[in-house]
Amino acid sequence: MIPTELAGLSLNPVTDFEAMTEFPFMVNALWAGTIVAVLAGAIGWFMVLRRQTFAGHSLAMIAFPGAAAAALAGLPLAVGFFGACGLGALGLATVSRPGGAGSGAAAESAAIGTLQALALGLGFLFVNLYNGQLANLESLLFGTFLGITTGQVQTLLWVAVAALLVLAAIGRPLLFASLDGEVARAVGVPTRLLGAAFLLLLGLAVAATAQITGALLVFALLVTPAATAQQLTARPGLGLALSVLLALLVTWVGLTIAYFSPYPVGFWVTTFAFGLYVVVRVGAEAARRWAPRAGTATVGAGVV
Amino acid sequence: MPPRAPITAGGAISLDAAAAHRGSRPVWSGVDLRIGEGEFVAVLGPNGAGKSTLLDVLLGLLPLSEGAVSVLGRSPRAARGSIGFLPQRRGFDAATRVRGREVVRLGLDGSRWGLPLPSRFSAASRRAGERVEEMIELVGASDYAARPIGELSGGEQQRLLIAQALVREPRLLLLDEPLDSLDLSNQAAVAGLVQRICRSRGVTVLLVAHDVNPILPYLDRVVYFAAGRGIEGPPREVIDGPTLSALYGAPIEVLEASDGRLVVVGTPEPAGHQDCHHGPADA
Repeated sequence: MIPTELAGLSLNPVTDFEAMTEFPFMVNALWAGTIVAVLAGAIGWFMVLRRQTFAGHSLAMIAFPGAAAAALAGLPLAVGFFGACGLGALGLATVSRPGGAGSGAAAESAAIGTLQALALGLGFLFVNLYNGQLANLESLLFGTFLGITTGQVQTLLWVAVAALLVLAAIGRPLLFASLDGEVARAVGVPTRLLGAAFLLLLGLAVAATAQITGALLVFALLVTPAATAQQLTARPGLGLALSVLLALLVTWVGLTIAYFSPYPVGFWVTTFAFGLYVVVRVGAEAARRWAPRAGTATVGAGVV
Repeated sequence: MPPRAPITAGGAISLDAAAAHRGSRPVWSGVDLRIGEGEFVAVLGPNGAGKSTLLDVLLGLLPLSEGAVSVLGRSPRAARGSIGFLPQRRGFDAATRVRGREVVRLGLDGSRWGLPLPSRFSAASRRAGERVEEMIELVGASDYAARPIGELSGGEQQRLLIAQALVREPRLLLLDEPLDSLDLSNQAAVAGLVQRICRSRGVTVLLVAHDVNPILPYLDRVVYFAAGRGIEGPPREVIDGPTLSALYGAPIEVLEASDGRLVVVGTPEPAGHQDCHHGPADA
């Protein structure tokens, strides 16, 4: 719990920042949040483009039993999160179709939904096996910024660096396969392999994000910033950058407010992310409605 | 770019005694094709007769079960880099928020690994950008190339996709039902555009069509698939009562309307595939 005597925001950024970083747990939380935001912002942009939010959601549900099993076995939570999401991603890759959005989506989402239900059931079992005394059940589901260790931050950093390097290497063919799978396949892009590789990256991003936001709130960083960025621009490079920036913004603001308030970080991050999305969505709709269609596209479609 | 002279003596496409299977189902067999460079060819036939199967064979996605195929004098896989392809599609989802320009660009370097350098720092990247703009201009899409592709009309999307298929300067362009989702005026405009590209750039075009009439004035040859076989020739020799009767093994009549439209009558089409909106020549 946050000590109540700290609940006093001075509104002086320097003083507040000093107050926040006085404690090592808060420094670790800020580092972990920053790493996770960059990873989730970038991977999330592709996830939204590929219409794989349901797969992402399922991976988050799979993260929960993984973490609960790790707690039960006395292993670090990170092992449970990454292990479960990695296996889950491989499982999803075997049922999913190549080429992103489109064909066979109904059968695929039914299969994914089945996996998701099983995962939640298993998670519930592990929590019960813990004799109902799993103290951090709430933080497994809704996140925490307390008790993030330096070792955890390092693990997150290496995972994020590796995942982002892979994403940079496969980025262009992945974009091609996501938008236009059939043409990509015809010119020799390995769409099926890329789909599996992306699910694995998504699994890593979900596992990393769940360690901060909890399994149920990963979408605050994985979907909302990416969806907001895609409302703001139709340029892939700029969209990716914006998605990362917005994820960083909601994480930093969420952590700061949570530190100075009695309410949990998961609530602040999701609320702030949602607020940004609504503002941008309404703004984009308004721009579309009032700007003449024939005018330059930059204005007409709310495109930067 | 000046029009290219024909390079391959053996023609753009040749099939010899070719047969194709989908799984264990035979699609067609005994097909011989000779298509010269720079020709504009329509692939016709009823649904399920194997028109798209031919494209898959030419793209190297489906091996022949018998016979030989050569594309631009090479094997289909080796010729891949010289083929532009436009698959049959329903169009982009309205929520796809990527600019048309980027979709065209993917046709140029979308299969490359690694990140592109910004054009500010790389001459190659700048040239690529110029090529993309040239193609967008060629298909007349400059006015809307900066808008998200999901917000464009079917005809606008189709023009950008043709630009995407052309941006690598292919010698062979494979178009699978590019006119299908378009209204009549757009059908004629896109067919005219494709013919103009075919003539001015010396590109061989193979266009799968449901209805031959909108493209009839532009065609050099047609390939007609039906009843597990395929024949080719000049349009009016193939779309002809005796020829089609021999192909189907049933009496077929071809009527010519006063405006020059061809109407095929009497094809033994399987039930449920009877769409006679304008009496298309293949229905």
